[in-house]
Amino acid sequence: MAGCFRYLFILVVLAIVHIKKIPRKKLIIISTLRMTLQLILVGYILIYIFDHPHPLLTVGIILFMLGFAIFNVYQRTKATIQLPLKKMIALAMVIGISISLTYMMLIVLQLDPWYDPRIFIPIGGMIIGKTMTGVALGVNNLIHGMRDQKDKVEGALMLGASPKQAAKSIINEAFDSAMLPTINAMVGMGIVFLPGMMTGQIIAGQQPVTAVKYQIAVMLGVAGTVSITVLIFLHLAYKSFFNEQKQFLLSKRNPSKGDKPVEFH
Amino acid sequence: MFEIVDVEVASIFGMNHVKIEEQVTGIVGQSGSGKSTFLRLLNNLDTPSKGNIYYNDRSLVDIDPIKLRQKVVMVPQTPVIFDGTIYDNLVIGHEFCGQRSPQEKELQEMLQMLQLDKDLYINASELSGGEKQRLALGRVLLMDTAEVYLLDEPSSALDDKTAEHVLGKVIDFSKNHDKQLIMVTHDQDLAKKYADKLIKMDMYSYNVEGEKV
Ligand SMILES: Nc1ncnc2c1ncn2[C@@H]1O[C@H](COP(=O)(O)OP(=O)(O)O)[C@@H](O)[C@H]1O
Ligand SMILES: [Mg+2]
Repeated sequence: MAGCFRYLFILVVLAIVHIKKIPRKKLIIISTLRMTLQLILVGYILIYIFDHPHPLLTVGIILFMLGFAIFNVYQRTKATIQLPLKKMIALAMVIGISISLTYMMLIVLQLDPWYDPRIFIPIGGMIIGKTMTGVALGVNNLIHGMRDQKDKVEGALMLGASPKQAAKSIINEAFDSAMLPTINAMVGMGIVFLPGMMTGQIIAGQQPVTAVKYQIAVMLGVAGTVSITVLIFLHLAYKSFFNEQKQFLLSKRNPSKGDKPVEFH
Repeated sequence: MFEIVDVEVASIFGMNHVKIEEQVTGIVGQSGSGKSTFLRLLNNLDTPSKGNIYYNDRSLVDIDPIKLRQKVVMVPQTPVIFDGTIYDNLVIGHEFCGQRSPQEKELQEMLQMLQLDKDLYINASELSGGEKQRLALGRVLLMDTAEVYLLDEPSSALDDKTAEHVLGKVIDFSKNHDKQLIMVTHDQDLAKKYADKLIKMDMYSYNVEGEKV
């Protein structure tokens, strides 16, 4: 019965939306329902997995989350992106996240067994989620940077720059913007907000110091993973804006036969 | 030395056979006739739909494009200014080409030659349009790797008097340093005055030819 009180929040939100005539009522109801159903489902799945730990189950769940994250990045990219760029997003996320998770679970947290689902799955999920946000920002900023600074990129080529030199400042800016949320989160951590994981552990009865240790490991893991993944992506992706003749595709007037489309508006 | 053979850029222009071997070549024609597009081909920023372009008897498609652009450097119609100071902007070409930056004195002399009386260490974004244009010119003139300068309307943002002075200096400089100059301009008189050869682009003709002045 007491459980119902928590939905009072959403009724308050609905009331406000109704009074203010904001056209979001249906969306709020649907997302509330979805969240409830999804979490209940996840709860049951986790209970099953924790009771029957198996390496394939852990890896399977991680792969599922990874696939979902990759797909989510495609959707969050405002420009319609083309296949070559999509492949690079997927490749960077698979490589970056695999390396980081392996390092995190085996060396930093020294899980025993290595596939311990109680730790691997939630921490893996957090890292994948944050990386997804970072990569989406990186993709958007790379595309916008290339588009907005077309003349600078081509101006550099005219002076004999390699595509890498010509794209350098855009790559750096895209990297910064992808890292910014993670850096801000680290700076504000513990002061502005208590991270969800720590809160959860403390509520569940853990010593705050233990919770803090995990939180530090996770934050460093997130920062490392986001930077590796975004870096891999950017260094693969800038090339797709140039062709074999090192011409800048967004500025060309007379597209050649072999030119692959990069992106459309 | 450029040689253009049967080149065509879809629906913009065509050129049967033109050799560019003179020291100063002017490219003239109404706006929209394809002057900028032609320069872009010489810098290998675009590839013609048909035909071949040779630089010193080698087809552009067989030359490493980066090496080509280090020798055949281009100043676009709208000058590009990079983040940083005037100094940063003057030496960025050297950086791209992996060359040592020139001495400050050399940079100052270049600014003087182009009548750009500014401190090397002010932010380049503060310059006016005409000043930016001269900065972009100075930057390529300083490049030791350059053999040919491609200039797209290099005086479009300058007043007549400054334009005449600056162009005169640019041409003297190219001659003294034995560099070839290929220059787009919409000012026929100016072109006739300075150029050894004129290439006239025409919107309605697909057979552009060069003529000696
Ligand atoms: N970015 C572009 N993409 C496609 N066509 C272009 C582009 N810029 C210019 N054009 C077209 O190419 C033609 C030639 O342009 P341009 O070479 O800039 O002429 P000019 O320099 O002689 O004024 C024009 O018809 C113009 O509309
Ligand atoms: Mg033009």
